[in-house]
Order: sequence, then C-alpha cells, then structure tokens
Amino acid sequence: MEPPAPIVKFTALKKRYGTGPLVLDGLDLTVAKGDFVTLIGPSGCGKSTVLKLVSGLNPHSEGSLEVLGTKPRLARDRQAFIFQDATLLPWLTAQGNAELSLRLRGEPPAVRRARAADLLAKMGLADFGGYYPRQMSGGMKMRVSIARALTLSPQLLLLDEPFGALDEMTRNRLNEELLSLRDQSQFTALFVTHSVSEAVFLSNRIVVLAALPGRIHAEVKVDFAYPRQAGLRERPDFQAKVNEVSRLLHQVEVTAP
Amino acid sequence: MKPLPLFWRWMLPIISGAVFVALWYAIRHWSGLQSWILPAPDEVLAAAWKERERLLRAAGSTAVGALSGFLLAGVSSFGLALLLGSSRALRAGLYPWLLVLQMTPVIVLTPIIVLWAGPGLPGIITITWLISFFPVVANMTQGLVSADLNHVALFRMGNATRWQELVLLRLPGAMPYYLTGLRIAATLAPVGAIFGEYMVGNSSGGSGGLGFLVYSYNTQIKIPALFATAMTSCLLGFVFVAAISWLNWAVLHKWHDTFDRDDH
Repeated sequence: MEPPAPIVKFTALKKRYGTGPLVLDGLDLTVAKGDFVTLIGPSGCGKSTVLKLVSGLNPHSEGSLEVLGTKPRLARDRQAFIFQDATLLPWLTAQGNAELSLRLRGEPPAVRRARAADLLAKMGLADFGGYYPRQMSGGMKMRVSIARALTLSPQLLLLDEPFGALDEMTRNRLNEELLSLRDQSQFTALFVTHSVSEAVFLSNRIVVLAALPGRIHAEVKVDFAYPRQAGLRERPDFQAKVNEVSRLLHQVEVTAP
Repeated sequence: MKPLPLFWRWMLPIISGAVFVALWYAIRHWSGLQSWILPAPDEVLAAAWKERERLLRAAGSTAVGALSGFLLAGVSSFGLALLLGSSRALRAGLYPWLLVLQMTPVIVLTPIIVLWAGPGLPGIITITWLISFFPVVANMTQGLVSADLNHVALFRMGNATRWQELVLLRLPGAMPYYLTGLRIAATLAPVGAIFGEYMVGNSSGGSGGLGFLVYSYNTQIKIPALFATAMTSCLLGFVFVAAISWLNWAVLHKWHDTFDRDDH
C-alpha cells in the first residue's frame, strides 16, 4: 500500500521578498494527515511567512511547495486561516462574522445560517450571535474567528499565533477547546506560536526554527496520546518536554546574530 | 481623557454664550457705536421678528438650493470615490485634477457657471455642489483604500470576488469616512447656497434666498436685518449638521467604536 499523500510538503523551499535577503532558507518538511505541527522560533525566523506561503497569500521563491496534493492557491477552498487577531468585520454580528466564509463561497443563506449557528454553539457562543465585535472580549472574538474557520470543514487549518494576545487562562481554555474540535472534525493543523507550553500541549510535532534566514533547527516529537486533557499540563513528563523545547529555543536565540 | 459630566456639557456653552452677549452689549455701550454699525442683540432680534416672513421664505429657498447641491454632492462623490477607489491608475490620473478644481476659487468660476447652468436655482445648485463635493470624495476614497490588510487577506483566502470584496469589506469599512465627508459637506452646503444666491440669486427673478437678502439689506443699509440674516443662516447650517449627525449615529452606532457607551 502507498503511504497517504502528505497534506503539506516543503522541499528545499526558499523565500525572499522582492530582492531582499532570504527569509526562509531551504525548508524541508512534510506534514501528514492528522498532524498537529507547531512552528516555534525567535522573531525573524519566518514562521508567519511559512503560513502565508501555504495559504497561497504569497508565492515562494525557490524549491517546491505542495498543499493537499496541488499548488497552494488551488488548495485554498480546503484550508482555513486563523489570524493573530480575530479579524472580525466590526459591522457584522458574531453570527454574521461566522457566516462570512460560507457567504464568500456563495452558500445559500439558510445553509450558512444553520452552519454558523451550530459552530457558534460549539464554541459556547450560542447566546451571543447578535453581539458586535466591540461588545465582545478578546477570547470571545477569537472563538468567533475559530467558528468562522471551521464552518468550511477545512482539511488543513493554519493558525498564526491566534492566542498570543489573550490572558493565560483564556489561552489554556481555548487550547483545550481547539483540541476537542480537532477530535471531532479531524483537521490537520499548522500552528505558529511563541509559547512553548502551548506548543507542547497542542502538537504531536514541534519544529524549532532558527532566524535570519529562517531554517529548521530541530524537530521534537510529542507523543502524549490524544485526546489530551487540561491535567496534562501538570505532569512531570509534560514539564520535561517543555524544558527540552525551551533548551532548543535557547540555542537558536543565542546563535542568532 | 475623562469625559465632562452631562450637566457641564450643556452649561459651558450656555455660559460662554451669555458672556459673549454681555461683551457685545458692553462694547456697544462703551464704544458709542450707532445701531447701523453695531446693532445690540435685542435690536437684531427685533429686526428678525419684523422681517420674519422674508427671512423664513428666504431660508426655505436657501434650504432647497443647499439640500439639492448637498444631495448631488453626496451621490456624485459616492460614485466618483468608487471609481477612484477601484484603481491606483485612476487615482493617480484624476486626483490631482480634482485638487486643482477644488483649489480654483469658486468666485472665479461663477460667471462661467451662470453661463452654462443658467442663473437662479441651477446656478446655485452647481455652486453648492462645487463647494461641497470634494471633502466627500477625498474622505470616501481614503476609506475605500484603507481596508485592514488582514481583512483583505481573509477575503483573498476565501477566494472572494472583487465584487464581494467591495460590497462586504470596502464599502462598509468606508462608511465612517463617507459620513465624515458628508458632515463637512453639510457645513459647506448652506454656505455654498448663500454664496450662490449672493452672486446669481438676484438675476433669477425668484424669491432670492438668504444670499439675496444679504445683498438687498446691505444696499438698503438695514444692518440689524443683516445681522438677523446671519443668525438665520446659522440656524439653517445647524439644522444641516444636526441631520447629518443623526444619520451618522443611525448608520454607525451599532458597531463603530466612536459610539462606545463610556466614550462620551
């Protein structure tokens, strides 16, 4: 039997913006179906750039990049992007925002209304559909943003530091919710963060990047079984994993110019 | 900054208004100026009452010119901004000429406007439009092109068509800018109409409007009535701005940050 096609495959990938210096220098990485891969590294390691390349927002410069068996742009309708801030349209309610992706896709109103309401309910926002973004907390807005992304039932979910601006308690809660959604909807995730413990809690693979130019420094496997519960964070082997990743991060930070 | 309590927000303008009127009386009293140079506030009110019918009729006629010109400016600048917002090349090509048009003093263009649009209402509306459309175009174009980059990326990711991007993202995002432009236009439109009436209103043979009253009272040296005309113009402008403030509230209060409860 052939191995299943990878969800994302970088081969000797390089990226520079215009005639600028290399941002990514020779990335080789394969993300398999069901993986939760986290990219972590110091500023300037190009981790957000990786997501932009995968989503087809920016073209890569050299090497090859295959997403869901095709070019990034052509795979757009099977992936969803969750941004650093919630990126909600301020003039739409939570419900309206959650419907947006389906609306862009031309789904009929009845379908998108039901689907968005369903996902808002899953995110614990059943009673907040009529709220405008300015009436919501940062955590609520991010929940709407996640609901909007999942209305598309994406095969690949790209997350660019989605919880970076939230307080730790909200962040932990959302981490747990994200994993439980993953258990239900079976998406593959490519996640970018600055937080080591968030990376260890969520992922089965952590890729540590070095900066200027961005390149892979090390990869760490995290084999705690899914579904993972909040209690995992208190286990000594969890802490050991956090320490291991932190040490690797420290190496790239001190070698950075 | 902490907002002022409601009481003081009403009281302070009243106090400053009272001080202003007191100063006015004081200057009139101590300077010994005649009523035909500086009428006292009560003389202005008396003149306003005496001329109330002419003033009201004139204000109505000015309102027609100002409102027509204003609406024309609102609609035409919406279309023009859509055009300018849709392409960098069009912006680069047209914007400088719009600026040139805006910088040309309207008074220089007045004879040409009368020649082309005709005297009376058509000329007045054209002058009003010319004075008030530019801030709306400039603001709305700015709004259309300053959509949040992450929002644009979100739409690109969703394979949005240009039409979807315009209707669902850029137009709603430009609304606060458009309304700001309209608010400026609302202060300019009555000014434009009165100026237009002053320049071309007398040749229409019609009722004239406030601008024509200015001309007429001035030649008759009815100075208190002239002050009363100024007061009436003020009130008309106030009505315009109040109407647009209401529109602004109606469109934006649900979602825009400027309407946060503890903001003002």
